[in-house]
Amino acid sequence: MELIVALGIGVLAGCGVWLVLRPRTFQVVIGLSLFSYAVNLLIFIMGWVRGGRAPIVGTSAPVDVASFTDPLPQALVLTAIVISFATTALLLVVLLAARGLTGTDHVDGREPEE
Amino acid sequence: MSLWTEHLVIAPVVVPLAAGALLLLYDERRRKLKAAIGLASLAVQLGAAVALLARATTIPAQVYALGDWPAPFGIVLVADRLSAMMLLLAAVLGIAALVFSLARWHRAGPRFHSLVQFLLMGLNGAFLTGDLFNLFVFFELMLVASYALALHGSGTARVRESLHYIVINLTASLFFLIGAALLYGVTGTLNMADLAMRIPQVPAEDRVLVEVGAAILAIAFLVKAAMWPLGFWLPSTYAAAAAPAAAMFSILSKVGVYAVLRLWLLLFGGAAGAELLLYGGMATIAYGVSGMLAAQTLGRLAGFNLIVSSGTLLAAIGAGQAAATGAALYYLLVSTLGSAAFFLLIELVERARTPGADVLAVTAAAFGVGDEETEPEEEAGVAIPATMALLGLSFACCALLAAGLPPLPGFLAKFALLAALLAPDPVPGVAWALLVLLTLSGLAAVVAMGRSGVRIFWATTTSPPRVRLIEMAPVAALLALCLALTVAAGPAMNYLNDTARALYAPGGYIENVLTP
Repeated sequence: MELIVALGIGVLAGCGVWLVLRPRTFQVVIGLSLFSYAVNLLIFIMGWVRGGRAPIVGTSAPVDVASFTDPLPQALVLTAIVISFATTALLLVVLLAARGLTGTDHVDGREPEE
Repeated sequence: MSLWTEHLVIAPVVVPLAAGALLLLYDERRRKLKAAIGLASLAVQLGAAVALLARATTIPAQVYALGDWPAPFGIVLVADRLSAMMLLLAAVLGIAALVFSLARWHRAGPRFHSLVQFLLMGLNGAFLTGDLFNLFVFFELMLVASYALALHGSGTARVRESLHYIVINLTASLFFLIGAALLYGVTGTLNMADLAMRIPQVPAEDRVLVEVGAAILAIAFLVKAAMWPLGFWLPSTYAAAAAPAAAMFSILSKVGVYAVLRLWLLLFGGAAGAELLLYGGMATIAYGVSGMLAAQTLGRLAGFNLIVSSGTLLAAIGAGQAAATGAALYYLLVSTLGSAAFFLLIELVERARTPGADVLAVTAAAFGVGDEETEPEEEAGVAIPATMALLGLSFACCALLAAGLPPLPGFLAKFALLAALLAPDPVPGVAWALLVLLTLSGLAAVVAMGRSGVRIFWATTTSPPRVRLIEMAPVAALLALCLALTVAAGPAMNYLNDTARALYAPGGYIENVLTP
């Protein structure tokens, strides 16, 4: 299980980095999104990879911490998702404005000379 | 302990948040009301910063537990000497930029006043927070507001440079998250004081993860501080931004320096990675100096000047002595005020060369503002012959500040820094190298700014620019504050040296945070 998650994060981050380094703005946006998914997964698994356990400790039974999963990374990842969502939306607006003003989707606002 | 002093610590976050939200409710045309609300909010922030500063001299760390959850579990805001000083600096810059923008820039795009308030909220929060993830949230708040302010006024150049700025800062934020997640994964806490307690107890096999996490975190901060080779984005972005926005941005790069100073000294006691900061800072100075000499426009010159000051700060912090850090903090105050004044001044000086701000007029028309109420454009300023002299004097002051020549405090800052660096008995070779670099950077500043000054003020053939009093006053006020720092150098240095010593001995800070 750990190996699958680690490979998934690695592939997402690798694709993200490659796309961020591409010259077209749309590729950069998709790259940033993939990279942020990888980072979100990384934060998420900081609370360990374990299935079927509740993040909230009840009051009734005697509490055994080992049978619960760490709720804090889940809260953190929610915040991170919201923030990256909002900033990606903002970036898309700037992308469209840049496309309209410069007439090209190259990140430098002009086509490279052949 | 009254209710007011108890909740004073959160005021610099809540006041701009409330003011910014309130400003959103009013229509763009009610400019006088918006300006009044913005200025009132900044006045409250200034008052709160001064009060916190006064209290910080007696209490090592004023702690505010949000929701009254005790420290390692809840989020805390902590106001110590360093935070209070940075809050004061942010409020002063905010007032100067806002007053300057009232002449015309606030009309150049929508929701300018709210954005300024949100930027200040992010800045103040980043300076106050005692929690690593909360620091990320405030960083993002500050950055989102700064993206919008960098775009303020629109235009092809601004949009193009903002695109680069946003992409680079988003990537840096992701690095921040990776670093914070790794630190949390190993230590199980995000509270900075608690992290400082737990990191020495991390078992040896997990040690490498902590170090990797901290290094990735440092990348995020050093991108913000524009250390070479992470700072190529800075000059063109700041040169493209509107003058009041650029003036506010001159403290944004200091946020990166602040975060490095705070976390590095708290978590690692200034031991690990000192060489990296020292040599990285020196490389940054060298890059900034060559950029200053090569800069074709005043905006880029100011940007590279900011890079030089970042490099000086990082190298001084990397030297790893309390005395050098105290001097670096003095330099931080002086260089931030100086470069903000310079960014504002550039806009006024450029008017002499491009009469009538055409770009601005076009964008103001695009937003359908600027033709009702207030006075017509012709009365926007009075062309008096003394204007050029006044601008020239301010320009000379900025040049002296950047070059570090007396009588302005740039000289005192560099002098104190070099005195601290050359104090150890066998002076380390790298201190001599830094001395040479600092002297060269001063020389380069004189050459670059002298060249531009001669071209603008002595070889000008156009009529003097029209400058309004409320545009000149903030520049003059910022420069006067620098002069005041020269006169009051003694008390200021005492405060800053105490700050540096407290940073090197964070016991009081940790104790105040962790004991409710």
